[in-house]
Amino acid sequence: MFEILKRQEMANGTVVRNDISAPKIAAKAKPGQFVILRANETGERIPLTMADSDPERGIITIIYQVVGKSTALFKSLQVGEKFQDIIGPLGQPTHLEKLGKVVCVGGGTGVAVLHPITRGLKETGNHVYAVIGARSKDLLILEDEMKKASHELFVCTDDGSYGHHGFVTDVLKDILEREDIKLVVGIGPVPMMKFLCKVTEEYGVKTLVSLNAIMVDGTGMCGCCRVTVGNETRFACVDGPEFDGHKVDFDELSQRLNAYKEQEKQSYERYLKECRMG
Amino acid sequence: MAEKASKEKKIPRQPMPEQEPGVRRRNFLEVPKGYDEKTAMLEAQRCLQCKNPSCVKGCPVSVDIPGFIKYVKEGEFTKAIRHIWNKNSLPAVCGRVCPQELQCEGNCILAKKGQPVAIGNLERFVADLEREQGTGELPPKAPPTGKRVAVVGSGPSGLTVAGDLIQKGHEVTIFEAFHKPGGVLVYGIPEFRLPKQIVSSEVNFLERLGAKLEVDTVVGRTVSVDELFEQGFDAVFLGVGAGLPRFLNIPGENLIGVYSANEYLTRANLMKAYLFPEYDTPIVIGKDVCVFGAGNVAMDSARTAMRLGADRVRIVYRRSREEMPARKAEVHHAEEEGIEFHLLTAPTRFLGDEQGRVTGVECLQMELGEPDDSGRRRPVPIEGSEFALDCDLAVIAVGAGANPLLTKNTEGLKLNKWGYIEADPETGKTSRPGVWAGGDIVTGSATVILAMGAGRTASNSIHKYLTWGW
Ligand SMILES: Cc1cc2nc3c(=O)[nH]c(=O)nc-3n(C[C@H](O)[C@H](O)[C@H](O)COP(=O)(O)OP(=O)(O)OC[C@H]3O[C@@H](n4cnc5c(N)ncnc54)[C@H](O)[C@@H]3O)c2cc1C
Ligand SMILES: Cc1cc2nc3c(=O)[nH]c(=O)nc-3n(C[C@H](O)[C@H](O)[C@H](O)COP(=O)(O)OP(=O)(O)OC[C@H]3O[C@@H](n4cnc5c(N)ncnc54)[C@H](O)[C@@H]3O)c2cc1C
Ligand code: SF4
Ligand code: SF4
Ligand code: FES
Repeated sequence: MFEILKRQEMANGTVVRNDISAPKIAAKAKPGQFVILRANETGERIPLTMADSDPERGIITIIYQVVGKSTALFKSLQVGEKFQDIIGPLGQPTHLEKLGKVVCVGGGTGVAVLHPITRGLKETGNHVYAVIGARSKDLLILEDEMKKASHELFVCTDDGSYGHHGFVTDVLKDILEREDIKLVVGIGPVPMMKFLCKVTEEYGVKTLVSLNAIMVDGTGMCGCCRVTVGNETRFACVDGPEFDGHKVDFDELSQRLNAYKEQEKQSYERYLKECRMG
Repeated sequence: MAEKASKEKKIPRQPMPEQEPGVRRRNFLEVPKGYDEKTAMLEAQRCLQCKNPSCVKGCPVSVDIPGFIKYVKEGEFTKAIRHIWNKNSLPAVCGRVCPQELQCEGNCILAKKGQPVAIGNLERFVADLEREQGTGELPPKAPPTGKRVAVVGSGPSGLTVAGDLIQKGHEVTIFEAFHKPGGVLVYGIPEFRLPKQIVSSEVNFLERLGAKLEVDTVVGRTVSVDELFEQGFDAVFLGVGAGLPRFLNIPGENLIGVYSANEYLTRANLMKAYLFPEYDTPIVIGKDVCVFGAGNVAMDSARTAMRLGADRVRIVYRRSREEMPARKAEVHHAEEEGIEFHLLTAPTRFLGDEQGRVTGVECLQMELGEPDDSGRRRPVPIEGSEFALDCDLAVIAVGAGANPLLTKNTEGLKLNKWGYIEADPETGKTSRPGVWAGGDIVTGSATVILAMGAGRTASNSIHKYLTWGW
C-alpha cells in the first residue's frame, strides 16, 4: 500500500506530483477532500489535497509545493518507494451544484487543490471561467489540465513573463464586471484569498475558499486546525476545509500558520545539512 | 487470628521506588520504578486474605485480589498473572493508571487505617515480570468459528473485545484511525506514566493470537459501518472513545500557544515532539505555563510541560482541592515536581501580542456556593476579583465530548442528548442490530478499567450472538 507509482517534478522542481496506490481512499475520494500523509516513523502528519483520484485503478494524486522539511522529504521519495501512512479521505467534499456561471481562481500550488473542484463544477453543468496565476511562467502548474476542466481559462503572471501581467484578482474583476457570476471559488496563498474575498464582497458574489490550517489528526479530535468563521470557531479538518470566504478571519489564520516558524526553519536546515553530508 | 493480624500490622505498606522529583521533572522516563521480588512478596504478606474481600467489590472488573496476592506471597508469579488475566487482560496498564484509592485499595479493609495493601503495585509487578521474563506462551484458542468481528478503535475497550473474541475462535480485525494502536494509552497518557512499549507489547500479543490490525482507517470516512457488514463482518464493536476537545469558549482562545490537551498531548506523546528535531513534529515550548482543569489530563499536561523545559507550571482550577478529579498519586507527583496549584480560579480571557501569541490570561477568584447537580459545591465568582496571570503556553484540559465523525455517518445508531452512543449496560448492544459499543463513547470520559469492563461485557454478548444468534 501507498507505493508511489508515478512521480513528476513541476515548476522547476519546486512542485512535485505523485500518483500513489491507495485503493481504499481512491474508492471514496471526492473533489475538495484531502489526505494526511506520513513519510516514515519519525515523520510529521502532513495534510495534502487530492488533486485527482482514480477509483478503478486505486490511485490518488497529490501535488505539493516543497516548502519545508516534510515536503522536502516527500520529494526525495522515488517511484517504487512508499509512504508509511496515508489517511483519508478527510474533510467535507465540495458541494457541487448547477448554479450558472462560476469562476475558479487559483494561485500558486492552490491550482492543484482547485483543479478537481473546477472539473466537478463543469461536470455539474456550470459555465466555468478559470483564472490561474503564478509569480512567473516557469512556476505555473496545470495549465493544460485547467484548460480542459473549464470553459475559458485566463493565465496571469506577477512578472508578466506569460499571459496577463498582474494578479488573478484583476482578471476576476473584469469577469465580475462583465458577467452574472453566481459563485467564485478562490484557492491559493492566504493573502491572495483575503484580497480576493474583498473583491467579491464588493460585487456581492458568494465565495468559497479552502483553508490550509495546520493540522494533526484531521478527524476533529485535537482542535489544532481551528479557524474563526463568522465569529465562530470551526475545525477546518471536519467542518471544512472549504468555508464562506466572506466570513473567514484571514488575519488569525495567517498568524496561526506561523505558530512553528522557528522550529520549522531549524528542522529544514538540519535536513538540508544531513542531505549534503549523506 | 488476632495474633496474626497484629503480626502483619508490623509490615508497613511498601513504598514504591521512584525517580527523584528534581531529576524526573526534566526527563520522560517512567516515574515509579516498580517493586522487586522481595518487596512484592513482603507487600503481599500484608494482605489479610479476607473471606469476604471488600477490595474486590471496589474493582470494576472484580479481579480476585486475595487470590492473586496469595500467589505473589508464595512466589508463584506465573500463577498470579494467569489468575489476574481471568478478569483483566491489561494488568500492566491498570496497575499503573487505575484510580486505586477510589476502587480496590480504597475499599481494602486496611484502608481504614490509611495503609491499604498496594494492590496496584502488585498487579503491575506480576504483569511486568511476565512481560520481561515470561515464556510468552499464548493462551489456548477455541477452534475457528468462521465468524468475523470488526472492532473499531484500539483503545482499552477495543483491545479487550479483540482479545476475548479471538480466544473464542472468532476472526477479529481492529480498525484504528491513527497510525498507531492503543487509543488514549498511546496518544494521551505520557511515557513517564505509561511506557508505550507496554501498550505495543499488548497489541503485539493480540496480533500473535491472530487478530488483524488495520491502522490509518477512519471508520465513517475510509470505510463505513454499512460497508463493514457488506465485507462480511458478522458483528461490529464501536470503541472510538470520547475524542472531541472541549474548550473554555472565552476570548483569545485561538491565540498561538493555546492548546487543547488532546493536541498538546498528541503532539508530545504520539508524535514524539519531545524528541524534536529527531522527530519532525514541533510543539510550543513554554517557559511560563498555565493548565486549566485538575483531572488526570491536566496533571499529564502540566508534567509534560515541565519536562519540556518550563520554568513555572500552574494548574488553574475553578473548584477546590477536594473536587480535583485526578488520581491522588498524580497530584502528589505533580506537586513534588514543583507544579503550583491555583485553586478557585476561573479564566475569563486570554491576552496576546501582535504576533498573535498568548502572553497571559485574565482570571476571576471564585468561592464555593451551593452544591450543583454533581453534588459538588458550585464555584461562584467573587465580584471585582479580576487579576491576570502571565503565560506563554496554555493547555485546556476541561474534559472531552463525543466526536461525531463516526456517529454522524452511521445509520440507525441511537445517541443520547450529548451525542454519546446509547448502549445496553448489560450487553453493550446499541439500537442497531449487530452493532455493540462501549468505553468512553458510551459513558463519556471515564477510566481505562471501566472501558475494559465495557469491552468484556460486549464481548460476552457478541460471543452469544455469534454462537446462538441472540
Ligand atoms: C487541508 C489542506 C490541504 C492542503 N493541500 C495542499 C496541497 O494540495 N498542496 C500543497 O502544496 N500544500 C497543501 N497544503 C499545505 C501543506 O500541508 C503544507 O505546505 C505542509 O504541511 C508543509 O510542511 P513542511 O514540513 O514541508 O513545511 P514546514 O516548514 O513545516 O512549514 C511550512 C508552512 O506550512 C504550514 N504547515 C506546517 N505544518 C503543517 C501541518 N501539519 N498542516 C498544515 N500546514 C502546515 C505552515 O504554514 C508552515 O509555516 C494543504 C494544507 C491543508 C490544511
Ligand atoms: C491524558 C489522559 C489521561 C488519562 N489518565 C487516566 C488514568 O490515569 N487512569 C484511568 O483509568 N483513565 C485515564 N484516562 C481515561 C482513559 O484513558 C479513557 O477512559 C480510556 O482510554 C477510554 O477507552 P476507550 O477504549 O473508550 O477509548 P480510547 O482510549 O479513547 O480509544 C479510542 C480509539 O478509537 C480511535 N478512533 C476514534 N474514532 C475512530 C474512527 N472513526 N475510526 C477508527 N478509529 C477511531 C481513536 O483514534 C482511539 O485510538 C485518561 C485520559 C486521558 C486523555
Ligand atoms: S484492575 Fe484496577 S481497580 Fe481492579 S484490582 Fe487492578 S488496579 Fe485495582
Ligand atoms: S480487603 Fe485488603 S486485606 Fe482484605 S483481601 Fe482485599 S487486599 Fe487483602
Ligand atoms: S486537525 Fe485535529 S481537529 Fe482538525
